[in-house]
Amino acid sequence: MNGVHDLGGMQDMGPVVIETNEPVFHADWERRIFATRLACAYHRRWNIDMNRYAIERMPPADYLSTSYYEHVLFGLETLLVEQGVISQEELDSGHSQGKAAVDSLLQPEGLEHLLRNRIRARREESVAAKFRPGDRVVARNLHPTGHTRVPRYVRGREGIIDRDFGVYVFPDTHAMTRDPKPQHLYSVRFDARELWGDAASTRDSVYVNLWDDHLDPR
Amino acid sequence: MSGHDHAHPKGHDHGHHHDHDHGDGDHHALSEHEKPLSGPALRVKALESLLVEKGLVNPQTVDSIIETFEKKIGPRNGARVVARAWVDPAFKARLLKNSREAIEEFGFYGYGEDMVVVENTPTVRNLVVCTLCSCYPWSVLGLPPVWYKSAPYRARAVIDPRGVLRELGSEPSPEVEVRVWDSTAELRYLVLPERPAGTEGWTEEALAAIVTRDAMIGVAVVAKPEAAA
Repeated sequence: MNGVHDLGGMQDMGPVVIETNEPVFHADWERRIFATRLACAYHRRWNIDMNRYAIERMPPADYLSTSYYEHVLFGLETLLVEQGVISQEELDSGHSQGKAAVDSLLQPEGLEHLLRNRIRARREESVAAKFRPGDRVVARNLHPTGHTRVPRYVRGREGIIDRDFGVYVFPDTHAMTRDPKPQHLYSVRFDARELWGDAASTRDSVYVNLWDDHLDPR
Repeated sequence: MSGHDHAHPKGHDHGHHHDHDHGDGDHHALSEHEKPLSGPALRVKALESLLVEKGLVNPQTVDSIIETFEKKIGPRNGARVVARAWVDPAFKARLLKNSREAIEEFGFYGYGEDMVVVENTPTVRNLVVCTLCSCYPWSVLGLPPVWYKSAPYRARAVIDPRGVLRELGSEPSPEVEVRVWDSTAELRYLVLPERPAGTEGWTEEALAAIVTRDAMIGVAVVAKPEAAA
């Protein structure tokens, strides 16, 4: 989706301001929504790519004018209703219409296990790689209306395979249909001038993680 | 707006008690707990109450998660990794070759992401960003700061990394190569900064103390503190 979340290369967004001695959270509700989302993730009713896609569907003006934790809240509300965990009426009213059909819920004692055994996107199965380090490639000029991890700023641009990380879940399908479509994940090096023109330094480059389905041979 | 406090089995205290005494008669801003909830705070409270009532979330677990991310996970973890790489060449080689396995040697309590450590040298500066969302190496740096998740940084880091570094006070010279890493996958990047001159013979602990979060993201370099001889 050519959404507002795809910020790479946009200009005039203002200065980068680093807060000195920044706290982990700035308000109690930020703490609660961050942790509530993690507690909900325990039920495995969605995956991380579906979570990102939910946030990407926030109305663009809202996305730019709200904070990260408001994005988190929007994403969680969206997924809870879409996946039928709660109803829209329950969300709107704040009143439960009955207990959820779950066998268990995350308890404090289970937190360490959950954090130490995160579901990894790396897959062990053997899938042939389409490219090797050093190969010249072109990022496909894709404009899907759903989720994709190809930033707009590399589409149609030529790069070189820097390294092959092995087989990973493919987020573009995983977010839309839960199909993991395992395939090779690479780091692709793009010269800064290929992306941004002659104003960029000849020495600089941007490395982007892209999958086999994002790339064509040069 | 009616509250949903009845759904909170533990009845989190949002009372109006004053546990501090200003004593100077000034009009102080209301503290977080004294303000009426509005906007996202109200929505979050209502949502958590609903999820607790439906049996989906245990509020004590929410407390534990918060405590974990505020107290147990943070950039001091990454600083220990960097300091060890500075003093132990064999560890550094393992770290650059298979970052996840090398970092697992520390047994950090946190997400065990697939990791890539990229090394700064006199001729290469690395900078990490996530232009599409806010991917960040939680297990070694904790939760990302606001600026890392902000539109200005996500927009500019890829198109104008030298401008960002200049504003933040550590612009590399034109001869230095700048590599920007856009974290678009379930792989998280950590920058291994250069060890500052004058720290020869320092202990791993002393070195870890001078490694900053911003240096491990790549927007700063590690400096030897002036006071330290």
